[in-house]
Amino acid sequence: MEPVFALAFGVMIAVAAYLILSRNVLRILLGLLVLGNAANLAIFLAGRLGSRVPPLVEAGETTIASSANPLPQALILTAIVISFSLVAFTAVLFETTHKRLGTLDPDAMREAETPPGSQRDGDEGRA
Amino acid sequence: MTRADLLLALPILYPLAGVALSLLAWRRPLVQRGVSLAASFGLLLSAVMLVAAVYDGTVLATQFGAWPAPFGISFVGDMLSAAMVLITGLMAVAVGIYGLAGDASAREHAFYHPLYQGLLLGVTGAFLTGDIFNLYVWFEVMLISSFGLLALGGTKAQLDAGVKYVTLNLVVTTQFLIAVAFLYGATGTLNMADLARVLPTVENQGLVTVLALLFLVAFGAKAAVFPLFFWLPAAYHTASAPIVAIFAALLTKVGVYAILRTFTLMFDGDAGVTAPIVGIIAAATMITGVLGAAAHFDIRRILSFHIISQIGYMLLGIAIATPLAVGGAILYVIHHIVVKANLFLVAGAIHRAGGSFHLKEIGGLYRGLPLLAILFAIPALSLAGFPPLSGFWAKFGVIKASLDAGHLALAATGLAVGLLTLYSMVKIWNEAFWKAAPEMSVAAERRWTSEPGTRRLMLAPIVALAAITLTIGLWAEPFVDYSLRAGEQLLDKSAYINAVFPTETASGSHGREVAR
Repeated sequence: MEPVFALAFGVMIAVAAYLILSRNVLRILLGLLVLGNAANLAIFLAGRLGSRVPPLVEAGETTIASSANPLPQALILTAIVISFSLVAFTAVLFETTHKRLGTLDPDAMREAETPPGSQRDGDEGRA
Repeated sequence: MTRADLLLALPILYPLAGVALSLLAWRRPLVQRGVSLAASFGLLLSAVMLVAAVYDGTVLATQFGAWPAPFGISFVGDMLSAAMVLITGLMAVAVGIYGLAGDASAREHAFYHPLYQGLLLGVTGAFLTGDIFNLYVWFEVMLISSFGLLALGGTKAQLDAGVKYVTLNLVVTTQFLIAVAFLYGATGTLNMADLARVLPTVENQGLVTVLALLFLVAFGAKAAVFPLFFWLPAAYHTASAPIVAIFAALLTKVGVYAILRTFTLMFDGDAGVTAPIVGIIAAATMITGVLGAAAHFDIRRILSFHIISQIGYMLLGIAIATPLAVGGAILYVIHHIVVKANLFLVAGAIHRAGGSFHLKEIGGLYRGLPLLAILFAIPALSLAGFPPLSGFWAKFGVIKASLDAGHLALAATGLAVGLLTLYSMVKIWNEAFWKAAPEMSVAAERRWTSEPGTRRLMLAPIVALAAITLTIGLWAEPFVDYSLRAGEQLLDKSAYINAVFPTETASGSHGREVAR
């Protein structure tokens, strides 16, 4: 199973890179989402695939011999929560920016860094 | 609960309490101020206790939830982490007081205090953790707080800067997480002390080098090194003065700390591959930063580019990796945090007094405000490395180490960049303080003298930080001694590993694979 998962990881990274490099903040957001899930898949893969036995310790036993690795699941759970909240924040930020600046193209957002030749470079100082 | 547990937990608990309590009081700005300041002072106090406990070279370690390492999450305080936590505490208090001045109430309605404490929480956690996945979590805590702080004002420039800052930082942090996953796949452990023991035994050492480079990219982007620095000058100049000061002081330095920690503890086996790369990156970072600064006339943008340039010196020490070089890099980080934060605080005061951050629109401040001019000169000259200020000793250590190691080109780059740094600082001095004032700045100067409360709140932290710079410069011996001993402790990993695994010898770690 590992090669299939590794291939899926590679495809997800490629998709994410393609989307993040596009000139539309909505696609960038989707790219970040795919990238976060690719990372989760990498953690899952790193923990070795194989056993499907739940990692529960039987009564009277102190160790488990042949169960699924519980650690990647804990790590992924943490990573999912973090990436979900960050993507939610990013969506709000992108939406607000779209409303205020009237564009979805990050290259056209020139409030902070004005192109060379203009007099003032993004001074918010007197606002 | 032992003394070590408490000493390592308190620097986390104070900002955590600060976040929770100031969120509870979100309708009452005055309560928030009190909570935030109290938490910052608590952080400073607990950091002083931590430094006192590790001053003689002991390494403290604690396992959260009493799960023995490597199963639980370890927190480790050695001389480097303790010093970093102490300097974070100092910055928390200084910038916290400064943040009460000026247009503070506008910020406070937008959750400034909880976000500020959240940033401190993430930074302190990153300095103290001994677990690489936990380091990722602290990075995210720090990052989400910084996102909020950056977009706090909601101006168009801040939103634009936020889009770029958030996107680039999210990509890099996810890449860090992927690197952690691969590291776990290769070794079966995430505890940094355990990794230090397991990584040399990995059969495929080429894989370890690849992992080292993945981490170098992730931490390097955090530290804003060449060619991954673009997010920094695109964003920093849009935030308000106290926020950009705490960013400039702490955020990039967490990246530097992470490189320092992982490349001395875990990835020191393949120095033949990574050290030359880090050396080249260091030189390129110094040069691009200082040239970028020369091109700008907005004080904040000049200072932002100088953050990048100065990161190069710290990397230089890491690349050379002799005890003197690592000690010099540690002293450099400590000196730089104080100086850089102070320069941004002065920039905020210049803005308050001169009406603009743009050098073309201000001038003549020396006539009315000679004290501010002197308070600018101290960190500015220290940044350029003038003796007897703190920057001189830090630069001296790093450049002496590169000369000793025979890296003449790197040493020459460091010296030349120091001269160019002086050029930028003199430019700010000439334009802001020396040349005749344009019309509009006179009115602003009158406003500055008419609000003594704001003036005192702004000047007190600036004076305190300038005093620290002078102290490190004139009474350098204890600081140099501490940094050198911290560097030696980093290069000799045994104390760190023995603190995390007290009962075992440094070799046995069997049974982990099965249980994990």
